[in-house]
Amino acid sequence: MGSFFARSVVQKLITLALISILSFTIIVLAPGKPRQADPMNPQVSKEAVRIYRERYHLDEPLWKRYIIFYHELFTGELTALKDGQPVLGKIWERFLNSLPLFIVGTILTWTLAFPVGISAAIRRGGAYDRTATFLAYLLISIPGFFLAYVMIILVVNNFGVPILGIRTFGMEQVGGIRAFMDRVWHLVLPSVLGVTGGIAVLSRYVRGQMLEVESQDYVRTARAKGLPEDTVHYKHALRNALMPFVTMFGMILPALIGGSVIIETIFSWPGMGRLGFDAIAARDYNLLLGLNFFSAVLVLAGTFVSDVLYVFVDPRVSYD
Amino acid sequence: MTEDVLQDAAAPPRTPLQESWRILRRNRLAMVGLAFFAAFFLLAVLGVILTSGRQPIMDPSAVRLSEKFRPPLSRWNRTEVEAEGAPAPPFGIYVLGTDSLGRDVLSRMLQGAWVSLTIGFVAVGISVFIGIVLGGLAGYFDDWPSGPVARAAAVLFASAVGVLLVVVLGLQSRDYLTALRNAYVVGAPIAILMLLLARLTTPATVIMRFVDLMLCIPRFFLILTVIALAEGGIFKIMLVVGLTSWMGTTRFVRAEFLSLRKQDFVSAARALGVGDFRIIFRHMIPNAVAPVLVSATLGIAGTILLEAGLSFLGFGVPPPHATWGKILADGKSYIFDAPWLTFAPGFAILVVVLSFNLFGEGLRDAFNPKLRDRGA
Repeated sequence: MGSFFARSVVQKLITLALISILSFTIIVLAPGKPRQADPMNPQVSKEAVRIYRERYHLDEPLWKRYIIFYHELFTGELTALKDGQPVLGKIWERFLNSLPLFIVGTILTWTLAFPVGISAAIRRGGAYDRTATFLAYLLISIPGFFLAYVMIILVVNNFGVPILGIRTFGMEQVGGIRAFMDRVWHLVLPSVLGVTGGIAVLSRYVRGQMLEVESQDYVRTARAKGLPEDTVHYKHALRNALMPFVTMFGMILPALIGGSVIIETIFSWPGMGRLGFDAIAARDYNLLLGLNFFSAVLVLAGTFVSDVLYVFVDPRVSYD
Repeated sequence: MTEDVLQDAAAPPRTPLQESWRILRRNRLAMVGLAFFAAFFLLAVLGVILTSGRQPIMDPSAVRLSEKFRPPLSRWNRTEVEAEGAPAPPFGIYVLGTDSLGRDVLSRMLQGAWVSLTIGFVAVGISVFIGIVLGGLAGYFDDWPSGPVARAAAVLFASAVGVLLVVVLGLQSRDYLTALRNAYVVGAPIAILMLLLARLTTPATVIMRFVDLMLCIPRFFLILTVIALAEGGIFKIMLVVGLTSWMGTTRFVRAEFLSLRKQDFVSAARALGVGDFRIIFRHMIPNAVAPVLVSATLGIAGTILLEAGLSFLGFGVPPPHATWGKILADGKSYIFDAPWLTFAPGFAILVVVLSFNLFGEGLRDAFNPKLRDRGA
């Protein structure tokens, strides 16, 4: 088992190295350059452009830039092209901002999708199943920002609570329950809207998986033994149906970055998606590549965690 | 007489296609989806006919500044529009209202239907093509590291990636000297690396590692990066979306091929001396096409949503074209004063994407062999 984990780690490190090459190539060779390095920009002098290009090694050959870039990234010296702030510090700050959204969203997804999917599978073909199915498709098919705007109108008109941003401006002085409720109100809508599609998709997967397991021989055997329906469903079928979702748990980490750009933009939430979007707009290669590397690490860590979990959950899987 | 009996027993009651159609027809939601899909297609074709040409019947870009933000179903103000010299709206009525420049929303929606449909079909076409080729190669040559054809295919794949990189790098450089330098510095080492990998491991491993690699980069973010950095027209969007969404298809075409390869009809074909490429294209791909069709249907729905998301962030299709996503994104600034600018495209996207999704899921059930012959 130890050798399996070692091999898995080595494989993931190789993948990470290849990703670093691939993303560096794509981003550095794409047309366009940062505002300060553009000789056509009337706001900066020729001399300033030269100093800037030298400071960020923009005139070195590509392979040298690649080595310099990752050296600076790992030693923490890398600074953003736009404002000269350390890249790692910026990413960490936004990561902490994204985390509450991500945690609330994940809890919502897993606590809603599983019960809905399981009940739909058990009452297959019934009114509950059909309603759940249709609702799931409705949520998958609606453009996220359209739904967000409709919800904002409803909430603002009916409850009159401010919801844009992380907290209401000027609430820093107010302590206790009011400040807490303010944070909660700001958190609810973006985290719910960020995961509606995810809940719908996951509930469909759960339903499909549950149906698959319910048609297995051992479930029929359990029923033939005369076990009560609930025991058959929740002890024999469910435990086996849950297995594939262990791997999924590892795959949700990347959603921390990619999936949230639109929702963070609508709600002016200063999270990681927004950071990446601004980096793209400013052609801030350092920040963009740093973010890319960070997300690749998250993905690979996620797949590693799910590999490990799988060994513990599924007795049939052993890596020797 | 025995022959008759044998014949009857052997002949399947229906062809697989008829059987799938029968299952599909029983699925009411899927049939509604299909009906909406057909209606949407007709509407898009109608939209092209009505809104294109030098003097279109419904001009989507006609600006009537005196008729800004007219609510749906309002009549036109003949004297002011004629004084402005703008063309009359069709039937003298703004069925879906007008936008911030007084353009007829219905005409823009009709034009946008075709654009959205094209983006969906072309992008999904590209990704499905790449997915079938790579998935097919990876599945068919899975445990065949020493076959000469597998080697050739791997070398071909590696050099194709190398050439593609060189071309892309060349296109992005200003003069041909930088292009050559970029090609040498980046393209050549990567091509050599790919060739080495193809020699050392199986082509299947190389392809599947590449899939893993692509899956590690957040897709929406990648698309956004490439489109934002390499600004371009509608075709670039299709290309970028297509080139970044083939991983799923590759994965399940490979899985499909892995299971098909062990089946009797493939062994029989091989025993008859049929060549690899004939087996792949004549025998295996037709049998693997059903799941591809399902994922393509769902993929088109996904692409329409993706385009709306890109438009929302300001990186969608550039101005002369109207898409539903763009109308929706433009309308968001006026959501309190002119809600129809948000709700008309929003509901249109919802209905079309929903119908694609329902139809796609219905197809999946219809092609699922486990559901066949149940209570026939």
